[in-house]
Amino acid sequence: MSETRYDYGGDEYLLVVFSEAMDLAINFKLLSICREIERRRIPGVIEVCPANASYLVHFRPEETHPDALIRTLKDLEREIQSAETLTSRLVDIPVLFDDPWTQECAKRFADRHQDPSVSNLEYLMRVNGYSSKEEFITAYCDRPYWISMVGFVPGTAWCYRMCPPEQAIQAPKYIRPRTDTPERAVAHAGVFLCIYPVQGPGGYQLIGMSAVPVYDPEEHLPDLKGRYILANAGDRWQFRPIDMDEYNDIRSEVEAGSYRYRIIEQDFRPDEYMRDPELYLKHLREEAAHA
Amino acid sequence: MLNILEPGLLTTVQDLGRLHWYHIGMPPSGALDDFSFRVSNLLVGNPEDAAGLEVTYSGPSFEVTSEGLIAVTGADIAFTINNQPAAQWRAHALQPGDRVSLGGVRRGARAYICLAGGITVSERLGSRSTYMLGRFGGLDGRKLEAGDCLPLGTPHTSPGAMLGRTCDPALIPVPQKEIEVRVVMGMCSHRVAPDSLKDFLAADWEVSTEADRIGYRLKGPTFEFNAGEQPFGAGADPSNVVDLGYPIGSIQIPGGLEAIVLLNDAVTGGGYTTIGTVITADLDLIAQASPGCHVRFREVTINEALQARRERETRIEQVRLALGIFDQAGMLGQ
Repeated sequence: MSETRYDYGGDEYLLVVFSEAMDLAINFKLLSICREIERRRIPGVIEVCPANASYLVHFRPEETHPDALIRTLKDLEREIQSAETLTSRLVDIPVLFDDPWTQECAKRFADRHQDPSVSNLEYLMRVNGYSSKEEFITAYCDRPYWISMVGFVPGTAWCYRMCPPEQAIQAPKYIRPRTDTPERAVAHAGVFLCIYPVQGPGGYQLIGMSAVPVYDPEEHLPDLKGRYILANAGDRWQFRPIDMDEYNDIRSEVEAGSYRYRIIEQDFRPDEYMRDPELYLKHLREEAAHA
Repeated sequence: MLNILEPGLLTTVQDLGRLHWYHIGMPPSGALDDFSFRVSNLLVGNPEDAAGLEVTYSGPSFEVTSEGLIAVTGADIAFTINNQPAAQWRAHALQPGDRVSLGGVRRGARAYICLAGGITVSERLGSRSTYMLGRFGGLDGRKLEAGDCLPLGTPHTSPGAMLGRTCDPALIPVPQKEIEVRVVMGMCSHRVAPDSLKDFLAADWEVSTEADRIGYRLKGPTFEFNAGEQPFGAGADPSNVVDLGYPIGSIQIPGGLEAIVLLNDAVTGGGYTTIGTVITADLDLIAQASPGCHVRFREVTINEALQARRERETRIEQVRLALGIFDQAGMLGQ
């Protein structure tokens, strides 16, 4: 691992980069560091925003010189050599794959795509060597996704499939970004899956529709009251393929404001995951089944 | 109460913004031209963080239902009270039934309207600022429409005490067609070819038509990237990085084809190379730049950026002293 880079983001931000590449072990460690920065209430620090392999600190230079803050953060990094046990919620995300809405959207922006002769889902299957849709969806949802970063717009979560890098499902972004994407669209680009929290521009491959929202500005749903978004960095989302009937049932519950997310809080031990990912995921699955 | 008769092109409720929520993807929002907004509040006797209106390119018309005070600052804009021209950067009295109208901007991009007592739409996450992309804050998270009614708070000082107060003309910024903004280089700039970084600082950049509260797209030279394999998870394009946080004011170069400066409604993170950050003190200059304006970037050190920040506070302090305002209560909690 190369040396961590501490750099200025103008006069109010510091950017701390641990690695140029995505790496779960690094994400586990930086989440521990970020949670510790929040806990210590370092003078002048407004907030800390963890990202995939880096974090951003927003601070008031009237209260701390950025160089003094860098020294404090370097000390903290030396102190926290390995990732601690992280509180991590396992959240069930019901998804209608191959849905009509994202397919319609993909058709509208076909001229910006690598191969408009197939759907985005078929394109994602092909570049990852799958020919059967059922097989692909089963593989795609066979394990939880780790939320390594939250941001972009409120509630956007970067979801990283919990597997070794060589097994990652990958896809390029659109050649030119779309100017529109439906709210709750499920999409994939690079090594990340994301759900669009609001309608807007985007460049990820569109493959499905989440039945549940990830952003709730009106605080309509009881589980999102006072927090507005579903994602926490360090949560795990388990995507579950559903059919149109179940999709419609869940939508009715969401619209009535009575939908409750299925959330199980677990202690996540990064060291055990790193030792044997498959075994540890199996252990967490069994633990969750009995919760 | 303000009854909106005409909303103008894009008028939103703003204050000094919503801090502490960047980590959920919620940008601060708030007035883009911080100096003009704060002075507008000071002129009507408000704390600097009271909510007012940000007007973009062309202004609203509204009727007031109670006695009060108004000041309009920022861009040079046609401003009338009951069809009589009124001076900007000055506190004017309002009577129930008075009609206030702003026309098109003559110079600059954004004007600020503050009224004694401030606009008191409900606070969300500690601020009244509108964040349109996230449908959050302000009035129902959107720009104003005809027929909207905005509540006003109780004035903090007696209107008579502030009537006719003006800002010292020497302190009033005049929006320019050509601006120079200072930037602290860094973050992902090591990925960019040294010659491209030199070109960035030497070039004359033009503000494109895609310039809003989220960010300003600038047209200028293209960028070359240093050779090398893309890191795992970064994406195939050399301008892609593993997604990271974007500071307010940061400059990103998607595809190496343009430069985007992020402003107060920024997307909080993403996967494009960032090469530096415009210093806080100079973001006001960008807020008043319109499409077709020219921008040059000048590199400064972190200590020069901090010095510029102190100088801006000194200018606000001079406005406050000239107005006889010694109570800084409005500054707390910013």
